[in-house]
Amino acid sequence: MAATLAEKILARASGRERVKPGDVLEPAVDLAMSHENGALVINQFSEIVKDTGLEPRVWDPSKIAIIFDHRVPAESSKTANNQRKIREFVVAQGITKFHEIRGDEGGICHQILPENGYVRPGAVVVGTDSHTTTHGALGALAWGIGATEMAAVWALGRVLNVETPPTIKVVIEGKLPELVTPKDIILYLIGKLTAQGANFRVMEFHGSAARAMTISGRLVLSNMSVEAGATSGLFVPDEETVRYLREDAGVKEDIPLIAPDPDAVYERIVEINVSDLEPQIACPHTVDNVKPVGEAAGRRIDQIVIGSCTNGRLDDIEAAAMILKGKKVAKTVRMLVFPASGRIYRQALERGFLGILAGAGAVVMNSGCGCCLGIHQGALADGEAALSTTNRNFKGRMGNPNAEIYLCSPAVAAASAITGVITDPRKGA
Amino acid sequence: MPKVVFKVGDDISTDTIYPGRFMATVLPTETPQHCFADYKEFNDKANRKELPEGGIILAGNNFGCGSSREQAASCIKGHGLTVVARGIARIFLQNAVNLGLNTIIAPDVVAGEGDELALEKGALVNKTTGKSFAIVPHAPARQAIIDAAGLIPYARRKLMEQHGKRA
Ligand code: SF4
Repeated sequence: MAATLAEKILARASGRERVKPGDVLEPAVDLAMSHENGALVINQFSEIVKDTGLEPRVWDPSKIAIIFDHRVPAESSKTANNQRKIREFVVAQGITKFHEIRGDEGGICHQILPENGYVRPGAVVVGTDSHTTTHGALGALAWGIGATEMAAVWALGRVLNVETPPTIKVVIEGKLPELVTPKDIILYLIGKLTAQGANFRVMEFHGSAARAMTISGRLVLSNMSVEAGATSGLFVPDEETVRYLREDAGVKEDIPLIAPDPDAVYERIVEINVSDLEPQIACPHTVDNVKPVGEAAGRRIDQIVIGSCTNGRLDDIEAAAMILKGKKVAKTVRMLVFPASGRIYRQALERGFLGILAGAGAVVMNSGCGCCLGIHQGALADGEAALSTTNRNFKGRMGNPNAEIYLCSPAVAAASAITGVITDPRKGA
Repeated sequence: MPKVVFKVGDDISTDTIYPGRFMATVLPTETPQHCFADYKEFNDKANRKELPEGGIILAGNNFGCGSSREQAASCIKGHGLTVVARGIARIFLQNAVNLGLNTIIAPDVVAGEGDELALEKGALVNKTTGKSFAIVPHAPARQAIIDAAGLIPYARRKLMEQHGKRA
């Protein structure tokens, strides 16, 4: 039987010839990622090993990655204590893919993994973070799991009781108009599929527009595929994947590619053409409440946010800087920018983008998850509205259930920063 | 007979069930105090002890969407409640199974707060209205973990097998 990309990867990782949707597997893990929630994984790992008479050793310290990003620098003593506990564990276990709170090698987990070449086509990647789907951009089957499930992975090196998911083929044709971006494609798709449309399913991206996308753009689509409920969102690895891994991630070894069979069986095929796509906005309080920017234009905004694992990369910051160059952020708006990694921060600094943004009135924050999840920095007041390039607009996401969050591309965010209201970047500010 | 003690709508995210600002709290003994932290109604009920063990949270579609944070499952479990939903998001459902939070998926369920629900012959019956609803059984992969009383004992057994030890 012909196989989808996910089926091929799961079959290889489970030592099987072929697998079909519904098959229950125990795939071997190539990379297991955690962040601050590693503190909970450590607790659960001790519980599993307790009373077995075995040493509490992880299965393979070279395959575990831990990145501090969600609450950096620590916002409370409780977090600081969790981080210390993880540091001690990292040393005791000999975990090498550990990224501290640093300007040289720190950043958001979903940026750190690709830019350091930790993710390869065909790999099985699990992470204690729902946006682990991001790594599908490089052709890895990558999905989010809970802390207890990760503890079992640390102990065994495989994921227990994985049910092979069916795949939805998403064919994206056409050529994106100017100032319309991969973020607009994925928002449009989520609006079409709904927030649960891909629950328990994998999305596999095809089509001329998918192939034309850089890895940075692909990361946006894979990242947000979980907002349609998807287990994972996969691109077929190609020359662009190899280029990224060689040039940006510094990978020296062979990079074997993997592709779905042409006659693979998909549960469903969704086709869109993006040649006439408009910039999109996800309105409060669900990510699938998506409208063309025109329908939300004019809405007053109190806080603009550019950053996150979705849109905090160099091209995103550049797009914002080019729109804000020589302009000012409206006095009624606070604009916050947090680059996705220390490397991106330094590149944006060297190329002058951060200077342009700060000069326009934006506050450039340290790289990390920043205000994306409402833990520290950039909380909203009651009744306020934020326009953000992040990936979730759930009630309370930015720390206040009495505030509203709209999601958009960096171009829409930057154009709106100038006017103080939701603005179509194609119309100019 | 268990009653619906708290009713919510569709797409209730983990940010609503367990807000991000409490994520540094991880112990299952401590997470319940932040359950639905921004829902006054839930907290008033908890304070008035109106959330009896075995009581039901009734939810719409896509319950638990969003983050992988396990605290969202552990905080509800800590209150001793069961989740009955029209649909549950994948990661939340897996976390619930792993931690032993009781979940029932009934895609067409209709009930109000105070209604009594019971499982009878593989269906969910609203004893207050007399209506019966089909349930979606747990997939075998998850049922095996439920039968083992959670992922920790299940994984421990696998680990012992891997090392040629007997549990
Ligand atoms: S930036 Fe936001 S969505 Fe991305 S990993 Fe951090 S908290 Fe999660």
